[in-house]
Amino acid sequence: MTAIRLRINGDQVADDVPPRLSLADFLRERRNLTGTHLGCEHGVCGACTVLVEGEPARACLMLAVGCDDREIRTIEGFAGDPAMAALRDSFHRHHGLQCGFCTPAMLITARDLIRRGRAGSEREIRAGLAGNICRCTGYTNIVAAISEAAAATAGRPPDAE
Amino acid sequence: MKAPAFDYVRPQSLSEAVGLLAAGGSEAQVIAGGQSLIAMMNLRIASPRLLIDIARLAELAALTEAEDSVTLGAGVTHAMIEDGQTPDPSRGLMPRAAAALAYRAIRNRGTLGGSLALSDPAAEWPAVLVALDAEAVLYGPGGRRSLKCREFINGIYETKLADCEIIESVRIPKLSASARCGYLKLCRKSGEFANALAVAVADHARGYCRVVSGAANGAPLVLTQASQALVDNRREPEALRGAIAADLDHAADRHFDDFQHNLLMVAAMRAVREVTA
Repeated sequence: MTAIRLRINGDQVADDVPPRLSLADFLRERRNLTGTHLGCEHGVCGACTVLVEGEPARACLMLAVGCDDREIRTIEGFAGDPAMAALRDSFHRHHGLQCGFCTPAMLITARDLIRRGRAGSEREIRAGLAGNICRCTGYTNIVAAISEAAAATAGRPPDAE
Repeated sequence: MKAPAFDYVRPQSLSEAVGLLAAGGSEAQVIAGGQSLIAMMNLRIASPRLLIDIARLAELAALTEAEDSVTLGAGVTHAMIEDGQTPDPSRGLMPRAAAALAYRAIRNRGTLGGSLALSDPAAEWPAVLVALDAEAVLYGPGGRRSLKCREFINGIYETKLADCEIIESVRIPKLSASARCGYLKLCRKSGEFANALAVAVADHARGYCRVVSGAANGAPLVLTQASQALVDNRREPEALRGAIAADLDHAADRHFDDFQHNLLMVAAMRAVREVTA
């Protein structure tokens, strides 16, 4: 077991973890943050995407021990974030989810696309979503929702991490 | 699946990391971004007993720019190159390759040195670094040595990295202001590994031209006749196509089927046309 200290959604957390424990399993099983989903567990489906030091990362391809001293933000940690609020609203209105399994990571990825100014066209959004698989194949509504949220938040970049 | 059990250490210096690697023998493995290694461990393709985490070593984050080259620490991420946070010796080629490498979440963690150390035949950096005539700086118990990436990469997932060596940095010659680059990655889905990859560099001011095929069933394949055609300023499509075809046919150890041969032809032709058009 290895002792780690990190911040998760603003809270300081300390724990002892076996080195093999992934960040995703740590979040889900030790912190009960089950909005981070596990699909493929080898970096392809994108369902476990979280923010590490403000940048999207695959929680299945990171070790909890490697996140010692790091700042993690999961889908549960976006209360009060204007871009995330706009995305949640537009996903709701455009029916941007079906089963909902991919949705937390879609939202985190979409917020990053908006933050980096990479959600300016359907083509750009689709390229930016290539690493997030929706097995309901609901991409049309997801892309429409992101497009609208990007337009709604134009000129109002999300708060710094 | 989940990774098998292992021990984990985070050394404070590169020399400490090399010492741990030497002591750990074949069961020890360094980890930087882990974007391939952890996937392989989760799939139980790799099962090191000891992981030596080098992701935070300041020595691997160093960026140095000399008159004729740029040296990027092995720990530089793909996203840093994509975003222009590192000096670019390649006049846009490296940021362009980085932007189409896997997905942003992977690019934020995965490193230049890690990609080179793994040398997946279908990956971007091996082909791009060979095309730019870059050299890998290797740090081991006996000190430093450098090897051109063209020699460093031996084959499919095979390099000349010794057991207790770590890639410290990659030194990339600077292209001239007049140099041109062509690049094409063919894959069916954005961010996948390439089905075919081609890089063309034409730097006539430095007398340097090189065309490289990636995803070519082995180490990046330097297309010598096509490279010579660029040196000779050939522009006719028939001549260029003939040179590329001859190079692919001469690679007797590669065993391309018709489909792959065609993809490699198309990729190389488009990359070459980009620098000759």
